[in-house]
Amino acid sequence: MASDPDQDPYGDPDRRPGARRLSWRSLWRLRSYLRPYVRVLIVSWVAAFLGIAAGTVIPLVGKEIIDGPVRHGDLGALLPLGLLALGLGIAEAVLTFVRRWSQIGAVLGLETALRDDLYGQLQRLPMSFHGEWQSGQLLSRATTDLSTIRRFLGFGVLFLVMNVIQLTAVIIVLLRMYWPLGLLVTASAVPIVAISLRFEKRYIGISRQVQDQQGDLATLVEESAVGIRTIKAFGRRRHLYETFDDTARKIHGTSLAKVRLASRFFTFLEVVPNVTLAMVLLLGALAVAHGSLTIGTLVAFTTLVLQLVWPVASLGYILAMGQEAMTSADRVIEVLDTVPEITGGTRVIEEPRGHLRFEGVEFRFPGGDRPVLRDVWLDVAPGETVAIVGATGSGKTTLTALVPRLCDVTAGRVTIDGHDVRDLSLPALRSVVATAFEEPTLFSMSVRENLTLGHRHATDDDIREALEIAQATFAYDLPWGLDTRIGEQGMSLSGGQRQRLALARAVLGKPRILVLDDTLSALDVETEALVEEALRRVLADATGLVVAHRASTVLLADRVALLRDGTITHIGRHPDLLSGVPEYRALLAQDADLDPEQAVR
Amino acid sequence: MTGTTADKTTGATAGEATDRWRGVAAEDKEHIPETVSLLLRTRSRRLLGDLLRPHRKAIGVLTAVIVVSNAAGLALPYLVKTGIDSGIPPMTHGRGAGTLLTIVAAIVAAALTQAVTRQAFLQLSGRIGQDILLELRRRVFNHFQRLSLSFHEKYTSGRVIARLTSDVEAIAELLDSGFDGLVTAVLTLFGTAAMLLVLDVHLGLVALLPLPVLLLFTRWFRRQSSAAYRRTRETVALVIVHFVESMTGIRAVQAFRREPRNQEIFEKLNADYRDANTRGSRLVAIFMPGIKLIGNVTVAIVLLYGGWLAVRGTVTVGVLAAFLLYLRQFYEPMQEISQFYNALQSAGAALEKLSGVLEEQPDVAEPRRPATLARPRGALRFDAVEFAYAGGPPVLPRLDLEIPSGQTVAVVGTTGAGKTTLAKLISRFYDPVTGRVLLDGLDLRDLDETTLRRHVVMVTQENFLFTGTIADNIRFGRPEASMAAVAEAAEAIGAHEFVATLPDGYQTQVGKRGGRMSAGQRQLVAFARAFLADPAVLILDEATSSLDVPSERLVQRALRTILADRTAIIIAHRLSTVEIAERVLVMEGGRVVEDGPPEHLITRSGRFARLHQAWLDSLA
Ligand SMILES: Nc1ncnc2c1ncn2[C@@H]1O[C@H](COP(=O)(O)OP(=O)(O)OP(=O)(O)O)[C@@H](O)[C@H]1O
Ligand SMILES: Nc1ncnc2c1ncn2[C@@H]1O[C@H](COP(=O)(O)OP(=O)(O)OP(=O)(O)O)[C@@H](O)[C@H]1O
Ligand SMILES: [Mg+2]
Repeated sequence: MASDPDQDPYGDPDRRPGARRLSWRSLWRLRSYLRPYVRVLIVSWVAAFLGIAAGTVIPLVGKEIIDGPVRHGDLGALLPLGLLALGLGIAEAVLTFVRRWSQIGAVLGLETALRDDLYGQLQRLPMSFHGEWQSGQLLSRATTDLSTIRRFLGFGVLFLVMNVIQLTAVIIVLLRMYWPLGLLVTASAVPIVAISLRFEKRYIGISRQVQDQQGDLATLVEESAVGIRTIKAFGRRRHLYETFDDTARKIHGTSLAKVRLASRFFTFLEVVPNVTLAMVLLLGALAVAHGSLTIGTLVAFTTLVLQLVWPVASLGYILAMGQEAMTSADRVIEVLDTVPEITGGTRVIEEPRGHLRFEGVEFRFPGGDRPVLRDVWLDVAPGETVAIVGATGSGKTTLTALVPRLCDVTAGRVTIDGHDVRDLSLPALRSVVATAFEEPTLFSMSVRENLTLGHRHATDDDIREALEIAQATFAYDLPWGLDTRIGEQGMSLSGGQRQRLALARAVLGKPRILVLDDTLSALDVETEALVEEALRRVLADATGLVVAHRASTVLLADRVALLRDGTITHIGRHPDLLSGVPEYRALLAQDADLDPEQAVR
Repeated sequence: MTGTTADKTTGATAGEATDRWRGVAAEDKEHIPETVSLLLRTRSRRLLGDLLRPHRKAIGVLTAVIVVSNAAGLALPYLVKTGIDSGIPPMTHGRGAGTLLTIVAAIVAAALTQAVTRQAFLQLSGRIGQDILLELRRRVFNHFQRLSLSFHEKYTSGRVIARLTSDVEAIAELLDSGFDGLVTAVLTLFGTAAMLLVLDVHLGLVALLPLPVLLLFTRWFRRQSSAAYRRTRETVALVIVHFVESMTGIRAVQAFRREPRNQEIFEKLNADYRDANTRGSRLVAIFMPGIKLIGNVTVAIVLLYGGWLAVRGTVTVGVLAAFLLYLRQFYEPMQEISQFYNALQSAGAALEKLSGVLEEQPDVAEPRRPATLARPRGALRFDAVEFAYAGGPPVLPRLDLEIPSGQTVAVVGTTGAGKTTLAKLISRFYDPVTGRVLLDGLDLRDLDETTLRRHVVMVTQENFLFTGTIADNIRFGRPEASMAAVAEAAEAIGAHEFVATLPDGYQTQVGKRGGRMSAGQRQLVAFARAFLADPAVLILDEATSSLDVPSERLVQRALRTILADRTAIIIAHRLSTVEIAERVLVMEGGRVVEDGPPEHLITRSGRFARLHQAWLDSLA
């Protein structure tokens, strides 16, 4: 990431200067999504061509009627010509139907597949990516941008091509009917093309700006919705509203500029054909007076010229749509093109023993000037449990994130049973390691689904066992038992209840390596004691990495590693460290040092 | 307000195999039974009227402008006809081109008039549209912020985001393009019909014959597609919610290999959305060619009948030509209309949802005549309070509690005992079901929001940080605070030390949701934030749970001085926190089972004594 994230309050990497390479290229690359629909698309395009042909011929039939039967008073020829017009009219309608109906599957298929892929890609991208991108920004790509692309590829492209073809066809017909007038009509296209090109450039800039601002707004909305408790707790509704209002007003301003630009352009597109019409009439009438043009031809001529107004006018609209689609395709491709920094290897450990080693590990956050971890050496034997103790912000969480490769080391390596974790396939690695995070994340799903997550084959017994270990059997007493929906959209749980479910999730399926990141902080002392008791049994078999702030948790471990200034300064047994290392005592033992009398004053 | 539709059976049906993951919940607000859909429509109509009202004058001007513009547009074919009928004959008879030139000049004038008025129309309508959009955004956002927590807990952030992004954008799209198309089409419709009749009554009537069919057809389409688009809005909301949730919880998703299952679920939701969209598009695919068919048949009939009339000499060639031109003008915008009907429909569906949100009333309502509370002392009283979360079992069965001003009270108890709930009642996140919560003898319901929040601040378990700098976050409760005050607050609770080691100090960006801070650091910042807000009543809900012992000590030392002159409720599991409390409440199943000074409770053989013993053991 070349950007300086500190300069950008929204952390939107999209704002990087030079990141915008606007062209048809991104849009063109999406064509592969249309491949499954080639046949349908061919049908749809053929129908479109034929439909336009029919539409163009109808006025010519009108001309024949005026010049033939009407002029010569020949009623007999009127009927067949009229029926021809009827037939053509019906054919045009049917063809339009075929075109529309057949392309629905293709364009919606494209949109859906693209969204699926985008989602898949986002799930693959590592934490470092998600740390920088607001989900509002990602969301606007997955919704607004994709429908912009769909709309353009759905009607836009087709109409663009059709309009151009129709224009060309009509102009050819006009030229053949009476070339001087045809030439005049053709000449009127020149200013349109010239202005269109200029318009395009300005429109791109402005529509991109609107899209960005909408992204900002989405971000703000997201924060205001997720942080609602904090906002309410401090009564800061108005303040937030002002920030929101600022951005909303910016969108308002930019959109107005966009409206002004577009209105001028669209008007221009309409006025040119109308003036052309006047010229056609003038010169056509002169020609009729000279006898070089029949009156029927003149009628057909004017009808055809008027028929050009819509294609030309909508050309502007479609071009604008095209701009937006290009911008959108860029924004989507940008995400799709981000190479996941963390990809799995190929190796799978058949019978993991759970021998975890940190070998000279260094880690720095992207753009960080100092490493958070450096030269970390730690060997956790299979079945052993090591507690990580360190001050707030010393890097404990970061250290644990390296094992399941939520982050990757920047130097050194982490190994499991002698294999560098980077050589293991991600699913294999992550089925060996399970983490209970310091902040429990629950999804809006049933309790069961929240517990099993990736463990599809967990049985009811497995779940019961995990819930018992985590002292979370309250889940059975919820209104619908394990089928109760929890998370944001379901039952609200208390902090301790959430934390215990997150713990149950981690111990489910008996992972070889269990990482507990300060997972007992929200439990009351009695429950904590019960959980520890049960965890001790689990940790007897598994390899454990336990982040701890309290002596009680440390006692779960066989050995303790003291993390200080980003590196492990001491490793040893709790009592030894307590007596031999003053810093360690300062970190953990103050409670123990307390005279129980003084503890309650 | 749709709360009455809540029933447990919606939950039961959600247990179908494919949707099982979603689990069962008491109600689903997104589900709209057919019977209420009528209500919805009037409701959104009311909102629309409300939004348009301030622009009445501008809309008047707009109407005038558009009428002129369309009149000019309609005049064009008529002028062409006149040109052919009365401009050409004089020339063929060698009587000069005077008439023709006049007519051509008129055409140019009409074209220019149309251009000027049309541009004015586009700009004006664009401005009105954007103004409405701004107003709508403001209203909805503000309303969301006003609604109580109980609403947000049910409604969820994902849907809030969906409402304010994709729904508002649906309306924006309509205002952008649909409005123009709609108005133009309607005017053209009437104008053209009138012109046709003026030109030739007989031929005109024949040409207008298919009009009833057209209207019936349009009505059919409108009915069908409004259902289709509502479904689209609903399905897209589910896509958005799932998307946002998985991106927010991506750490757990990846660590627990949830990706394949998530992908499966997402693809299912996405496919539902696609199907809803397909239905809508198919309707359009029927409607548009249908209009075209009607138009083309009319043209053929006019050609036949008009041709026959022309042969008989009842109509001129010019009239016939004008008819063909007018019919074009008539049906082309009709095509556009249906294209814009997309926009109209999805905007209509979106408007329904938005108006639904705007009609929600906050459960925790602002008082009509707020009481004044100039200098609060911070005395709290629970007067026969009973509380249950919406539809749930009682969490606090009956609570009478008196906390004199300036007292520091610790609340302990097993998890799920109702400690947080108690705290939320004091900060009026919820109102009690029965009974009252009083601050200095005033019912909290009688205090306006600003006063209450100024004097009662709660540090929640979540420690949410906003995108911005550390200083911004500390200042959140008191934006006017100087940098020195910010640093002082941080210093007092022991956060200054870690901030000072950061290269940018207080100007460090905390990242999205504070993601660049460690859990403990977030807690310290949240703590400093509450400290700086300087309330009369401070509630700390496990505010030190993620801190290391020395930091916790520092915080406690600070607390001892800060809390000297204010009321404090401290919820904690670590009894080390209790040492600064003058009084301990032990909660169990929503009741206060023990109450007294800690040194007192410790000597009895109650819950607290046992908790205390267990805690001492845990320190071993
Ligand atoms: N995404 C990030 N970008 C930059 N710096 C970060 C990021 N995440 C964490 N840090 C910094 O890295 C350091 C270590 O963070 P970490 O979360 O590992 O601490 P910790 O030891 O787990 O602390 P705690 O006990 O509070 O949980 C902290 O100083 C933090 O500010
Ligand atoms: N918003 C809510 N809606 C419905 N029920 C809730 C809600 N919040 C909490 N509950 C339920 O109310 C009970 C009390 O919850 P509360 O959060 O007050 O517990 P607590 O004592 O603070 O627990 P902890 O120590 O774990 O934070 C719990 O059974 C919980 O599941
Ligand atoms: Mg941590």
